[in-house]
Amino acid sequence: MIITATHYVALSLILFCLGLVGVMVRRNFITVLMSLELMFNAVNLNLIAFSYRLDDLAGQVLAIFVITVAAAEVAIGLGLIIALVRLKDTVALDEADVMRS
Amino acid sequence: MKFYDLIWLVPIFPVLGALINGLVSNRLGLKKSVTNVVAISGSGLAWLLGWVAIGQWAFELGTHTTHVVNLFSWIQGGSLRILDGTLAEINIAASFQLDSVSALMVFFVTLVGFLIHVYSIGYMHDESDRAYARYFSYLNLFMFSMLVLVLGSNLAVMFVGWEGVGLCSYLLIGFYFEKDWCAAAGMKAFIFNRIGDWGFLLAIFATFMVFGTLEFTQIFPVAAEHPDLYAGAATVIGLLLFVGAIGKSAQIPLYVWLPDAMAGPTPVSALIHAATMVTAGVYMVVRCNVIFRLSPTALLVVAIVGGVTAIFAATIGLVQNDIKKVLAYSTVSQLGYMFLGAGVGAFVAAIFHVLTHAFFKACLFLGSGSVIHACSGEQDIRKMGGLKKHMPTTYWTFLAATLAISGIPIFAGFFSKDEILGKAFEAGAGDLNTFGSTYYVLWFLGLAGAVLTAFYMFRLVFVTFHGEFRGGEEAEHHLHESPPSMTMPLVVLGVLSIFGGLVGIPGKLFGHPEWNLVERFLEPAILPIGHAAENAEHVSHHAVSLGLEWGLVILSVAVAFFGIWVAHRFYMGPEAFARPRRLAERFSFAYRLLLNKYWVDEIYAATVIAGTIKLSRFLWEFDARVVDGVVNGTALTTVGSSFISGIFDLKVVDGAVNLVAKSYDVASREFRRLQVGYAEGYAMVMVFGAAILLGVFYLVKL
Repeated sequence: MIITATHYVALSLILFCLGLVGVMVRRNFITVLMSLELMFNAVNLNLIAFSYRLDDLAGQVLAIFVITVAAAEVAIGLGLIIALVRLKDTVALDEADVMRS
Repeated sequence: MKFYDLIWLVPIFPVLGALINGLVSNRLGLKKSVTNVVAISGSGLAWLLGWVAIGQWAFELGTHTTHVVNLFSWIQGGSLRILDGTLAEINIAASFQLDSVSALMVFFVTLVGFLIHVYSIGYMHDESDRAYARYFSYLNLFMFSMLVLVLGSNLAVMFVGWEGVGLCSYLLIGFYFEKDWCAAAGMKAFIFNRIGDWGFLLAIFATFMVFGTLEFTQIFPVAAEHPDLYAGAATVIGLLLFVGAIGKSAQIPLYVWLPDAMAGPTPVSALIHAATMVTAGVYMVVRCNVIFRLSPTALLVVAIVGGVTAIFAATIGLVQNDIKKVLAYSTVSQLGYMFLGAGVGAFVAAIFHVLTHAFFKACLFLGSGSVIHACSGEQDIRKMGGLKKHMPTTYWTFLAATLAISGIPIFAGFFSKDEILGKAFEAGAGDLNTFGSTYYVLWFLGLAGAVLTAFYMFRLVFVTFHGEFRGGEEAEHHLHESPPSMTMPLVVLGVLSIFGGLVGIPGKLFGHPEWNLVERFLEPAILPIGHAAENAEHVSHHAVSLGLEWGLVILSVAVAFFGIWVAHRFYMGPEAFARPRRLAERFSFAYRLLLNKYWVDEIYAATVIAGTIKLSRFLWEFDARVVDGVVNGTALTTVGSSFISGIFDLKVVDGAVNLVAKSYDVASREFRRLQVGYAEGYAMVMVFGAAILLGVFYLVKL
């Protein structure tokens, strides 16, 4: 079986949807963060697949950028988690409601 | 050493004295002896240096020269197109000049000023230390101003001194400013002087426009060379200058301040009347004689004002009872003679009369000060009498000065006054500028004034010094001769009153014109005019024969003796005072007219002052009604319009602002429901939003 770009896109879609559902339904902040990471990587996979398919390195460069941004995002996200733990002694996202009117 | 280069130091000494006494002695209340040293050295050094400089100038440079000392450039400006069509640079220098006229003035101003300083030490010793220092500070400043006035080499520097003497007269007349009437007298003097100064200032401007310079040494030769070109301008400038002279030298109609100037201490009266201030006007007219001689009209005005003032003031002097008032009116009258002299072209005689008048009037005033001092401040001659035996020095010097002012031969006043009257007659006989008959009338007025002068002065002597003392027992006990610091100046001035006139013997009566030293001395200041030289002196020199001149001299001596004889009949012997009282009763209106000084003060009060008050009241009403009305109207309009705009602001502007706020309030009330704070919710919205967008894109196939 020849693995075509369609396979990559399908895999990427599945991964993205998994991540998306994880972000929407899970209350644990850490899980949400991991799901977000999954979505990023789905996008990365997509980018690299098309880069290969179209023979254009720009897609791979963009993937590197996304990884970098994702690393920064994780750093901030973990910082937020620690702050949330210190404040509320929990990692449940729905507990973070100080700005709720 | 060239002392004539140092004439600028002559006024500096007194002003230094004034500064030290005014700023140090007065503030710290230093002892009188300190004040004395400062004030006396201030005036004394000026006297000494002044005389030395004059002497050196006269012997080294000659009296015909004009020595100008230029200090620095004072006022500089652009340029100006002047009458002869050239372009003149505006550059006024602060410079002093020594010529025969200013030398003569410096000669007696410093001498008489110094003597009055010495006299004041005795006269003012009852004052407190601070008032004493203030007094001498003013006195020094007065001398400074007068010296600047006479030494200035242009009209601008002269004007500085001119204003200075006005200021000092104000300060000194109002010296006892705690008393209202003294302060008022000071203000009166100042205001009347200001009216004159206005004329003088305009004259300076006019001179500048015409000649492009204010330097005497540049104006007069030019004017004298082109009499036709400058004749019209000379009339304007001359009349304006004369307005200044009228104010400063107390002529009709601005003379009323001088009698009131008696409010000041007596030595000040002496200083104002003799050495400084009032002689400034005569000096200025003589200094600018070229201008006046170019204009027959100006000369005639000067002569008429002088002649009328001479007799007018003399008649008032007849009946006054205040010793200083009599002397004050006699000063006004004598100044009238000086202007009469100037008006008939006898400028030398005018300045000669200034000189002799300085001697005898200073002597008279200081003598009256001595009398007032002895009578404990009493000035009414009806409460004096018989002072001769109590104060012989004062009496004899006073008598000498009285003889001098009455015009008795040998005494100082005789020569100068007779010269003026003689020149007035010559002007009439020579038909000067075709106004001959007018000059005859003025000569006659002057002659009549001479009778009155002799009468009222001897009335003063007889009533004050002869007969019995009428001031009561206690006051008689106090009578005493004044201290030496007061009698010494009196003696010096008395001697000068006797012999001072000998410098101006009318030599041509004896066929020796060179005997008249004053005339020879002052000749260079009277520049010959044009090529025609058709003016005053030329005509008058040959108009009157020698015999007629002798006749005039004898006539004026005779009228003087007549005046004395009448005074003697009226106020001496057992029938004293009876005759004048009967006369006063018979001619009661005339008597009251003279006693009240022709009601001139009242007329001024009723016309000028009341008019001014009325005008001010009208202006005040205008201000209160119209101007304030406009202002208040504006205010009212502003209040009304701001009320309306306030409402507009409240309703419309605030309404709009509130509406915006309200709309946000309402909108946020709805939208806050979306923001519940659940991150999942937001993520959900985002996802569905993205899905919807994708759906839209898919459907419209962008």
